[in-house]
Amino acid sequence: MSLPLLDIRELTVEFATRNGTVRAIESVSLKVQKGEILGVVGESGSGKSVTSFAVMRILDRAGTICGGEALYGGMDLANLPEPVVADLRGREISMIFQNPRSALNPIRKVGHQIEDVLRAHSQAAGAGLKSAAIDALKQVRIANPEERYHAYPFELSGGMCQRVVIAIALACKPQMLIADEPTTGLDVTTQKAIMDLVVDLARDRNMGALLITHDLGLASAYCDRIVVMQNGRVVDEGETDRLFAQPGHAYTERLIRATPRRDSALRDLLPDVVPAMPPDSEAAPAAAAPPATVHPRRGGEPLLSVKNLVKAYPSGSAARRSPLEALKRKLSGTPPDTFRAVDGIGFSLQAGESLGLVGESGCGKSTTSSMIARLIDTTAGEIRFNGIDIGAVPAKDFARHEMRSAIQMVFQDPTESLNPRFTAFQSIADPMRRLGGVTTADEAWARAEIVADQVGLPRDLLTRFPHQLSGGQKARVGIARAVALHPKLLILDEPTSALDVSVQAVVLNLLADLRRQLSISYIFVSHDLNVVRLLCDRVIVMNAGRIVEQGPADEILSDPREDYTKSLVAAIPHFRAVASDVKLAAS
Amino acid sequence: MSAPPPSAAHPAVVPAATAVPATEAGRRRSARVFWSQFLYIATGNPVTLIAFTMFLLIVIVALFGPLIAPYDPLATDSANALQAPSWKHWFGTDNVGRDVFSRVLIATRLDLLISVSAVAISFVCGGFLGMLAGYYGGWWDRAVGRIVDTIMAFPLFVLAMGIVAAAGNTVENIIYATAIINLPFYARVARAEVNVRRNAGYVLAAKLAGNSDMRVMALHVFPNALPPMMVQVSLNMGWAILNAAGLSFIGLGVQPPTAEWGIMVAEGANYIVSGEWWMAIFPGAALMLAVFTFNLMGDGLRDLVDPQRRT
Repeated sequence: MSLPLLDIRELTVEFATRNGTVRAIESVSLKVQKGEILGVVGESGSGKSVTSFAVMRILDRAGTICGGEALYGGMDLANLPEPVVADLRGREISMIFQNPRSALNPIRKVGHQIEDVLRAHSQAAGAGLKSAAIDALKQVRIANPEERYHAYPFELSGGMCQRVVIAIALACKPQMLIADEPTTGLDVTTQKAIMDLVVDLARDRNMGALLITHDLGLASAYCDRIVVMQNGRVVDEGETDRLFAQPGHAYTERLIRATPRRDSALRDLLPDVVPAMPPDSEAAPAAAAPPATVHPRRGGEPLLSVKNLVKAYPSGSAARRSPLEALKRKLSGTPPDTFRAVDGIGFSLQAGESLGLVGESGCGKSTTSSMIARLIDTTAGEIRFNGIDIGAVPAKDFARHEMRSAIQMVFQDPTESLNPRFTAFQSIADPMRRLGGVTTADEAWARAEIVADQVGLPRDLLTRFPHQLSGGQKARVGIARAVALHPKLLILDEPTSALDVSVQAVVLNLLADLRRQLSISYIFVSHDLNVVRLLCDRVIVMNAGRIVEQGPADEILSDPREDYTKSLVAAIPHFRAVASDVKLAAS
Repeated sequence: MSAPPPSAAHPAVVPAATAVPATEAGRRRSARVFWSQFLYIATGNPVTLIAFTMFLLIVIVALFGPLIAPYDPLATDSANALQAPSWKHWFGTDNVGRDVFSRVLIATRLDLLISVSAVAISFVCGGFLGMLAGYYGGWWDRAVGRIVDTIMAFPLFVLAMGIVAAAGNTVENIIYATAIINLPFYARVARAEVNVRRNAGYVLAAKLAGNSDMRVMALHVFPNALPPMMVQVSLNMGWAILNAAGLSFIGLGVQPPTAEWGIMVAEGANYIVSGEWWMAIFPGAALMLAVFTFNLMGDGLRDLVDPQRRT
């Protein structure tokens, strides 16, 4: 085999923290050949980003490379003087970052930002600069590159911004591309478009590429070889097909299991043997319980029925209009310009049923769930819950409504949804004190401990503040708070999207268990069809504020009828290897 | 309709023995947490430790000044006028023979009273207005915003002079004037901090838990806006003391013969040219020390109210 393009040998990075030095990565070795796409996979804290930052020499000040070497074309990147590395960055090795919006300067035109990198590496000058920038935009398949040259980042969608970032990264024709979670936060269809683009460009130019991701499906679909990292070490490595067929390490096997697939059942996601519970354990409380299907009662009065629900916001053009013009329109009786986030949808939910609400960002699924949770007012339509039209009650008065405790919600980001000044106990006890008729501290503690047991949160963590808890533990506190009042309907707004796959597996199982034990109805809002299928009996697919398709979850996923649903399903990255499925199913 | 699990529906079945120790432990813990937090912050940063120690000293002097002071601050002794600092009179005596050291000590209480109450009033009123503006937006935001802009449009010291001149020369009016000119800072900080948090997940969760808007604001949003506001408080305290002293200096504040740092500096200023520097320097130094202490306390106060710093 020829000399590798990038050869990392025994790289070790340490960070100085308040509690002494921490080894972020230890003796990491990996090779990227010319024209090869290498995936680096691992959960948060595995050191995959630190590896790439060390190679680019952009570690923050507390981090130092304290051992090993990173050879690029015979040069050791770990020890080169800074000016030389600065010249290599962008010209030889480029990087694409996680959040395209924060990677672009918000107050400069995207065309000028591409010119910056061209000028910095003397790739073009003077009159040639603009045409070179437009050419770079053309290469990332942006329509109307001449017009987009003058666009500011805020005028572009997330996917467009990521294309511009790629254009900047590839403008100087580097030999090596590092992509750090390039599609996190983007919709599945956008993700597919971006990944196809990156891979096509890398193959065309015979570049070496390092794709850092937490998503095994994505790595499997696009990478030639995969390196698995855990706790700062490389634990497994191999050709993609080989790795999925015969994982060389128990951790790889666990990751593969925990990633939801088209055919996996909820219990399959958990490891076979529940390890002896360490203090910080994320292990499921009831992993051994058999999977049970809940049979919602058919017929009779539905728990929730939504009819013709509309939410309209003032449109952008209305907001830009001058006050005088707005007054004129008001006097002449012109109806106000509005944008309908939710445009006349209707569905019903039986008691004990679990309904998935699926769609891409901006489709109105979150607006719908907020309206049902009575956090925002409806513009028109009816939300009938237990026979009462709760949609008619203004959101600000709903706090005192008798149905307040019956509808609760679990939020997307477990960190952001916990008050940083409240301990876990205070967060869980707050709804019980307000609505549960709990008055004394003793009673609150007693009930909080019961709920903590239900969600598998160790009791001694109740006195901790959110920043002292792990992601999975915070998710449990959020769920405990929501089920503390024994709601009839629980709205889950992407409850696992901020979690690692192995934690997601545990939380999904916990939710399924809770639903069976407490007989709650779920509305599960998500963009991930594979996850929705695991937890939901029925799925509603939304696009642009309307319902595109609805039906049983398995049917929608395996045999979608509408084109939009088909494109959604097709965009989900899937494991290539089939052999592993057989092996896992047998175990 | 199936019943909720029996254990949860009847919390009374839980033996009191398991619940009570946890409660007591929790209470004891929360009582202890403040002091351990205080010690941790004070020992972690020497500057904070110095600032808190100096603040403690100032508070002790303010509380027990009359007991510590060796002489009556108002007793004149024309035979001993304009004496330079000596063992008998540490800071010397003034033009009518009053002991400058005693007067500087006694004045601490009045100056601290003016600044603390002024800052407290502007913190409460400004914080409340800013909170409403940030939380509700719309008309509240516009109304509060314009009021604050109007106050800010005046040169603030001139505004304070005007208020005291119009309302009368009393300690209360100095406090109100100082409070009004400080109010915009709190309103703006509170508005910005509350505004970014009004749609945070925990705020929505608090609404789901049946909290009214007022409770959400007071218990869930506002406490999280405290750390930056505490920095504002410490900077403002120094500023408020200077402001009160400034008003007295130009004759619009506390009236002689009351001991107050600003007046003492004003009276002493006349004698500096003739060489009697101690009359103005010592009260001026006390003023400087107080302002310095408050400014240094900012970081410490912020860390004290920030739960992220609790480890």
